[in-house]
Amino acid sequence: MAFHLTHSAIDPDALMMGLRDLRAGACVTFEGRVRDQNGGKGVKSLDYESHETLARKEGDRILGEAREKFPILDAVCVHRTGSLSLGDIAVWIGVTAAHRGAAFEACRYIIDEAKDRVPIWKKEHYADGSTEWINCATRGPAAGETGAMGL
Amino acid sequence: MKKTVSVSYFAILREERGLGSEQVSTEVATAGELYEELRGRHGFTLAAGRLRVAINDELEPWSSKLNDGDVLAFLPPIAGG
Repeated sequence: MAFHLTHSAIDPDALMMGLRDLRAGACVTFEGRVRDQNGGKGVKSLDYESHETLARKEGDRILGEAREKFPILDAVCVHRTGSLSLGDIAVWIGVTAAHRGAAFEACRYIIDEAKDRVPIWKKEHYADGSTEWINCATRGPAAGETGAMGL
Repeated sequence: MKKTVSVSYFAILREERGLGSEQVSTEVATAGELYEELRGRHGFTLAAGRLRVAINDELEPWSSKLNDGDVLAFLPPIAGG
């Protein structure tokens, strides 16, 4: 079980190697990638920043919860920080289990909880030259969205 | 009573403040009062209700009393993944 933050490119092959386990009949992985659109605006690049100490603590807690809730063998979650380009992997999750059901469910649990709880912030740079810290709007519909509180 | 605490800013707050952390001397009693004091001074756009505060690397309520030497972090709404 391990949660990591990294400033350099995520290497899925290396992470997969770390999940080799002859007891595992299933390995489910999830890649969150930088998309070229958000809310109808063209995205050029992203910056992620984190509160490292709290992010590691919360990430480890989520992986621990996944192990308690689902019969899995191992789980890894890696989140990027720094400047990312379109198509780059922003977050990578891999879960092994004896059977596929637990691996799928735990993987889904980890990404959903991580997005809600791990103190990481995303700034989008748009094709029109503007920028925005996601969920930090003070006007318009985004400012009133429930669930934007985070943590 | 006057105390000095360390304050870290993240994401939009860091940009609005123009720096990532600083030492702040204050007379206020709680974390929430300190945010309001700093918001008045620096014009932060986000209301306290949209933020969380960490004190000495633990999430704490805004009503937490400040002690000399505390390390605070103001956390805007998160957006990982």
